[in-house]
Amino acid sequence: MNGKEGNTLATRAIQVGFLVAVGLVWWALAANRMVTPLFLPHPEAVWRAFARLVSGGQFWSAVGVTLTSIVQAYGIAVVSGLAVGYLVSRSRYSTRLFEPLIAACFAVPITLFFPIFILVFGIGPASKVAYGAVYGFFPVALNTIAGFSGVGAHYVKAARSMGASRSQMFRHVLLPAAFPVVVTGLRISFFICFASVLGGEAISSASGVGNNIAHAAELMEPARMFAWIVFVIVTAIILNMVVSHVESRGREH
Amino acid sequence: MNAPAFRAATDGSSSPVVISVKNVSKRFGEAKSNQSVLALDNVSLDIRKGEFVCLLGPSGCGKSTLLNIIGGLTDASSGSARIDGREIKGPTPDAISFVFQESTLFPWYTIVENFNIALKFQGVPQSEWSDRTMKALKSVGMATFANHYPNQLSVGMRQRVNMARGIALKTDVLLMDEPFAALDEQTRMVLGEDLSTLLAETGKTIVFVTHSLAEAVFLSDRIIVMTARPGRIKTVVEVGEPHPRSPDFMLEPRFSELRNELYALLRDEIRAATAAMRDPVSAPVSLHGG
Repeated sequence: MNGKEGNTLATRAIQVGFLVAVGLVWWALAANRMVTPLFLPHPEAVWRAFARLVSGGQFWSAVGVTLTSIVQAYGIAVVSGLAVGYLVSRSRYSTRLFEPLIAACFAVPITLFFPIFILVFGIGPASKVAYGAVYGFFPVALNTIAGFSGVGAHYVKAARSMGASRSQMFRHVLLPAAFPVVVTGLRISFFICFASVLGGEAISSASGVGNNIAHAAELMEPARMFAWIVFVIVTAIILNMVVSHVESRGREH
Repeated sequence: MNAPAFRAATDGSSSPVVISVKNVSKRFGEAKSNQSVLALDNVSLDIRKGEFVCLLGPSGCGKSTLLNIIGGLTDASSGSARIDGREIKGPTPDAISFVFQESTLFPWYTIVENFNIALKFQGVPQSEWSDRTMKALKSVGMATFANHYPNQLSVGMRQRVNMARGIALKTDVLLMDEPFAALDEQTRMVLGEDLSTLLAETGKTIVFVTHSLAEAVFLSDRIIVMTARPGRIKTVVEVGEPHPRSPDFMLEPRFSELRNELYALLRDEIRAATAAMRDPVSAPVSLHGG
């Protein structure tokens, strides 16, 4: 295990080094005007634009709209995905029947239906919530089915021979056995909701972070656009770290 | 009423019958379908308290099926099985515990937690858990690994712990389904010795499925030799050596005599079983039916 720990440290260094390198390349390209500032503004200009954004007052309301949409979309995706996935996994027949159907739906580019979401739910946040929830539902449902239908039959048999009740079987055998696979689905779903809501806002909306990015691009304000984009990237990295941490904590129990 | 004491010493039939299997047959699949397989055909068997009985036979002869019927994990198609006079209709965790082929320790729990959860499933009061667990772990020399996770142990250690879990459970009967099958021969022999010692200490009744001749002779009081599918009882071989048994028993001429006798009995059955496996019509289903 010690060798692995050492490797983890080296891996971390390489990962951080990669991010720093990307930043330096950006800086070098922009400072030497090798790329027109319209496409790649100077990092300092982006920083100033960001400072203006934050002091401007509309920043936090846009962030609020987007985060609320993500949380709502994710909440709906998780609850519906877990419920449907668990129910489907209960019998071998329903797994055989529904699992390929759900997988096929997930393979369809749901983005194509985005205009329908706008038509049905309007241009406000509701359409983005619905879109994110529908997209995020699939990985939760599919991984829940995979997790619960993949529980080793020998564990169930052993628990049954020991006289486990239905609820004991669920709590102490099915749930812990399915957990790692289900959690992977929850994680994928979270980032799908995150991307769907932002993407939806960028395509068609009246508010939110995605809308602001699209708006800045239309107005040819690359510094402001990049300020938003960098903010989203940093948020995504932080959320990813939080999710990984929660996930590894969960696996220990 | 004076005679029984003498008879008991000679034929060992003084102990009460714990498990009684009467005319049990088991068919997998619809009887009319050509996919159906008769796994057990009219098997009757009485097992006495404290006995170590081995079910021995070729692959697919229904020995695991018979064990599962006794354990209440599989229903018999006809006939009945009883434990302490009660008809077996499902698992009877208060009377029977299993030790399975694969290591069925739950990988998400530590060793102690595995024992606790098994005792909890069984409905044993919490006050007894730690005592039973530590006693059983000590008896197989694994007490220091109590707080390890199963995947931190070697396969042999895991099966040792798995065996101890069966012993820790509050039952008089232990059903063991090829518990040593995944182990190398040396580990197998050592665990076999331990099992013989434990049996002598705990007085549990054990039904043990194996296809190892040496294991059967070394461990058993009685060996039930089964035929190729459909499984019937071909003959019963008495070993008649007291427990605990030392490895020296394996060096005695009687050991190899018994082993050879079993081999002679099984040879035809194994040939019949392999022929059936090659012929998809007479053996259309799984080769792993046990």
